[in-house]
Amino acid sequence: MTKMKLPSKLYVAIVLLFLYLPIFMLIVLSFNSANSTSVMQGFSIKWYIELFRDEATLTALYNTLLLAVTSSITATAIGTLASVGIFKMKKGVVKSSIMSVTNIPMMNPEIVTGVSMMLLFVFIGSFLGINGVLGFWTLFIAHVTFCIPYVILNVMPKLRQTDAHLAEAAQDLGCTPAKAFIKVVLPSILPGVIAGLIMSFTLSLDDFIISYFVSGPKFQTLPIRIFSMTKKRVTPDMYALSAIMFVVILVLLILVNVFQKNDEDKKGGARR
Amino acid sequence: MNKKQAFKQKLCASPHIVWSAIFVVVPLIMVLYYAITDRTGAFTTDNITRLSDYVTPFLRSLWFGIVATIICLIIAYPLAYIIAHSKAKVQSTMVILVMIPMWMNFLLRTYAWMTLLEDSGVINTILGKIGIGPFHMINTSGAVILGMVYNFLPYMILPIYTVMTKMDKNLVEAAHDLGANKFRVIKDVVFPLTRSGVISGITMVFVPSVSTFYISQKLGGGSFALIGDIIEMQFQVSNNFNFGAALSLVLMILILICMAVMNRFGDAEKAGGVGV
Repeated sequence: MTKMKLPSKLYVAIVLLFLYLPIFMLIVLSFNSANSTSVMQGFSIKWYIELFRDEATLTALYNTLLLAVTSSITATAIGTLASVGIFKMKKGVVKSSIMSVTNIPMMNPEIVTGVSMMLLFVFIGSFLGINGVLGFWTLFIAHVTFCIPYVILNVMPKLRQTDAHLAEAAQDLGCTPAKAFIKVVLPSILPGVIAGLIMSFTLSLDDFIISYFVSGPKFQTLPIRIFSMTKKRVTPDMYALSAIMFVVILVLLILVNVFQKNDEDKKGGARR
Repeated sequence: MNKKQAFKQKLCASPHIVWSAIFVVVPLIMVLYYAITDRTGAFTTDNITRLSDYVTPFLRSLWFGIVATIICLIIAYPLAYIIAHSKAKVQSTMVILVMIPMWMNFLLRTYAWMTLLEDSGVINTILGKIGIGPFHMINTSGAVILGMVYNFLPYMILPIYTVMTKMDKNLVEAAHDLGANKFRVIKDVVFPLTRSGVISGITMVFVPSVSTFYISQKLGGGSFALIGDIIEMQFQVSNNFNFGAALSLVLMILILICMAVMNRFGDAEKAGGVGV
C-alpha cells in the first residue's frame, strides 16, 4: 500500500493523542509521590503498595476475575452449542426469530438490559420472599446473557467456513456424532470459539452498567468498586489500578492478535 | 445425514433458547409490567402520564447523542480511510491502538477527563505556564459531549475501517482514470461503498450515547441530567422501580424508532447507489 503522507500522519497523531491523553495522565500520576490526582510532584510507587494493601479492592479484583472466568466459560459453552444448532436450522420464521432474540442484548441499550434483569430478579426475589437476591448469581446470569451473542457472532462465521461433508465423512468412517463433532468440527471452529471466549472474558471484566443494576452490597466487582470510589475524591491508588489494567489489556490484545495472525498464516499457507 | 441426527443437532440450541427466553424476553416483559403497575401491583397509567415532566432530559439526550455521533463520524471517517490505505503492518498496529482505550475502564477514562478539564486541572495548569487561560471547561454541555465522543469514538472507527479494507480499490482507480477528481471519488465511490460501516458505526455510538449515565454526572456537574441519569436515580436513589421501568420502556422505543429510520435511510440509499 501507499506510504502515509505528512498531513495524514499528523491527523492520525492528533486523534491518537486525544485517545491516549487521559490514559497517559492516569499512568504518569499513578507514580506521583503527592496525594494529588492532577499535579505531579515526584516519583514513587507508594500508591501501588497502597493498592495491594487495600482489602476491599483486592476482594473486588478477586470477585471480578471469578465472575469473568465462570461466566465467559459458561457463555462460550452455551453459545458454541447454540451456533451448531442454529446453523443446522433451515431458513425460516423459527431461525430468524431465534436470531432476533439472540441479538437483543447486543442491540438494546445496556442500561435497559441491566434494568430489565434487575426487575426480573427483584420480582422473583419478592415472589419467593428472599431478601437481597442480588449477588454473585444474579451477576453471573447477567454476564452470561450479554456474552452469549458475542460468542455466537464469533463462532457462526467459522461454522459457515467449515466443510459440512467432513463431519459426515467422519461418521461414515465409524465416528459417533459426538465424536465427529469433537474430532472434526470443533478443531475447525476453535479459533472462533477462543475469540468468543476472550471477548466474553474482557466484556465481563470491564462491564459496569449492567453489573451496577444487578449487583448487591454483598458481592462487589472492580468496576462497581471504582464507581463507589469516584463518587468521592479519588486517590492515586485508583490510577495505579488503571495503569495495571492498561498493561494487562495490552498484553491480552497482543496475544489475541498473535493468535489470529498464526491462524491466518496457517490458512493462507494451506490454500496456496 | 438422517432426520433424527439433524434434529439432535438442532437440539444443541435448546439451552440457549431456554436461557434467552427466561433472561432476555421475560425481563423485557417485566419492564412493561412494572411500567403499567404501581407499587402494589395494581394497574395504573400514572407512570406513563408522569413521563411528560421529563421531556427536556429526553430531548437533551437525543440532541447530545446526535451531536456526539456526528462529531465521531467526522473524526473517524478520515482516520479509517488513512488506516485502511496504509501498509498491512501499520494497519494491525493502528487497529490495536484504537482498540486499547475501549478496554480501559470507562469510569476511570471519564474520571481522567474530569481531572484534565478542571479549572485547576492538568490542561489549565499547562496552559497557565504558557500564559493562556484559564478556561472554564468542566460542567459545560461541551464537556459532556466530549466525554461521549471520547468514550465511543473507537466504535465508529472500527466498523468503517472494516468495510474500507473490504472495498474494491480498483473501483477508486477506475473512477480516477475516468476523470473524477478526489472529491468526486470520495462522494460518489468511496462513500456509497462504505455506507454499511458508517451505519453500524452510527448505531454503535448513538445507542450508548443516548442512554449513558455517569458521563454527564462527572463532566456536566449534574446540571445536564440525561435520561440515563434519571433512570439510574429511580432505581438506585428514589427506589421507584415502576417509574424507572416506564422511562426505560420509552428509551427503548425511542432508540428502536431511531434505528428503524436509520436502516430505512440506509436501504433506500443503497437501492439507488452503487450495486454491491
